[in-house]
Amino acid sequence: MLGNPSICSLTIDGSLMRLTVPGDMAAVSVAMQSLANGALFASLSPELRQNAEIVLAEVLNNIVEHAYADLPGDITLVLDPQPEGLLCQVSDKGAPMPALTLPQGQFQPLDRIDDLPEGGFGWFLIRSLTKDLTYRRDAAGNFLSFRLNCEQTAA
Amino acid sequence: MELLSEERAGILVVRAMHDRIDAAGAIQFKDQMRDLTRASSSPRVILDMSSVAFLDSSGLGAVVAVLKALAPDRKLELLGLTPTVQKVFRLTRMDSIFTIHDAEPNGLRHVG
Repeated sequence: MLGNPSICSLTIDGSLMRLTVPGDMAAVSVAMQSLANGALFASLSPELRQNAEIVLAEVLNNIVEHAYADLPGDITLVLDPQPEGLLCQVSDKGAPMPALTLPQGQFQPLDRIDDLPEGGFGWFLIRSLTKDLTYRRDAAGNFLSFRLNCEQTAA
Repeated sequence: MELLSEERAGILVVRAMHDRIDAAGAIQFKDQMRDLTRASSSPRVILDMSSVAFLDSSGLGAVVAVLKALAPDRKLELLGLTPTVQKVFRLTRMDSIFTIHDAEPNGLRHVG
């Protein structure tokens, strides 16, 4: 199912999927393409599939950009399809979140064209499309868990 | 990142051929768009995204950067947003900033 087994390792136990992705942008891009074209995503409703694609890409990119900014490492993704939606658990061994807290990801007002934001949309999108978002830091690293539901009432 | 461009009826039309504009390709996309728009003097630039299935926040930032670089004298318009791309624009309200066409504007059809 995954095009390039040297880039991502994958095991499926029942319907639960565990994926290990190297913490760099190119590998994340390939992994997200494989997920988007894979059997698990095909089993989701179109809306849930879109939300999963948007949120997982943002979460993985944030880990590459911040947690693994100074040292390389792997990202482990566990996707657990449940009747009410997709439970996602993402872990890495990189740097902790500043103040051990997830960013607020507030909506950025769009005023003048020359003043439009060119970044900072990531956590806004994640928070708009997820439920039960939790973050834990322990000796093993960072652990993020959230649920993607089918009937999201997004911003 | 492959971008095909042509001038039609005084409009620079750029078609993004890659199916993703994400963090891995956003800077390259922005640089290539800058080069293409500098090589043209068309006041209107239309980015055809009908082949782009996915855009993340870095890709969105790059598209916004192109809009800002062209303003105030030139305009970036978007064409053919696919469902997931449309959703990213809608959630961030960027759909209120850009002129977004579902189909090629009249002046462009059957030209070139």
